[in-house]
Amino acid sequence: MTPAARPEPSHDPRAGLDRVDRSLVAATQAGLPLVPRPYATIASWLNLSEEEVIARLGALQDRGIVRRIAIAPNHYALGMTANGMSVWDVADDRASALGAQVGALPFVTHCYLRPRARPVWPYNLFAMLHGSTREAVEAQRSQVAAILGDACAAHDILYSTRILKKTGLRLRDD
Amino acid sequence: MTRPTRAVLPPGTLDDTDRAILNALQDGFPLTPRPFDDAAAPLGITGDALIARLARLRELGAITRFGPFFDAAAMGGAFCLCAMEVPAEDFEAVLTKVNAHPEVAHNYERTHALNMWFVLATDTPAGIGRTARAIEAETGLKVMQFPKLEEFFIGFRVSA
Repeated sequence: MTPAARPEPSHDPRAGLDRVDRSLVAATQAGLPLVPRPYATIASWLNLSEEEVIARLGALQDRGIVRRIAIAPNHYALGMTANGMSVWDVADDRASALGAQVGALPFVTHCYLRPRARPVWPYNLFAMLHGSTREAVEAQRSQVAAILGDACAAHDILYSTRILKKTGLRLRDD
Repeated sequence: MTRPTRAVLPPGTLDDTDRAILNALQDGFPLTPRPFDDAAAPLGITGDALIARLARLRELGAITRFGPFFDAAAMGGAFCLCAMEVPAEDFEAVLTKVNAHPEVAHNYERTHALNMWFVLATDTPAGIGRTARAIEAETGLKVMQFPKLEEFFIGFRVSA
């Protein structure tokens, strides 16, 4: 792939996906079939060989278009009914290294650096915490605070009080 | 896509092997002709047993998805976390206007002056700003955008 210059109006990253790649995306969006040779099954749907399906998925993975092939656990069903969005004002020159450490904690599911919006919002590190109780989440918050130490000037934790909307990601198959 | 179950599985529903599967398969699944056999071997079970357990975990709602995860940005789309400070008396009216946009994928009420947090998912990067401006015009409130600058992913571990 050529390094993208990101010209916004005409930029179409999907140009890098050919028609067969797109058919593979569409065929696997809902998940992999639970059969001993899932790639052979997908191949039979698309009139491809098993080798080609494996090679193309591997190439998509190498390019970062497939982030990983994996399961997504349902935190709530697994007893993680308390969750808090913890947010931290971390010194810019240390945020990347410390973010990686926070992201590696077993109870952190999502961890991102995002822009601040001072004065309302001084926080640049977001870490979603999951626990079985709010007390457990508060204990996790202390662990994160200990890792960040004096690199962190301020922090907060936002609990969700209501789910207002939740829809799955829908990619268009054009 | 399955809607996540908002119910906790009763204790004892999962055994140690189920938990090992939940942890191991978050990290990746092989791209080999018989991937279930290959993924099952380190867990000490057969590929057929792994398939049966995954089917049950999906049936129970313990997993929401099993398969490739696509990068929306690499596919040409864009995501952005946004937040609004909505006066309590206007909350329901604003919520109706915000949720009416199909680009609003998730929306949560949270404990903060910025009390409405939602994710915009659009087909193109330009769609984020366009949708945010439309919401601002409709509600008269500022939509703050918090796009991700860097992501740290490890996943989460099911304790024994």
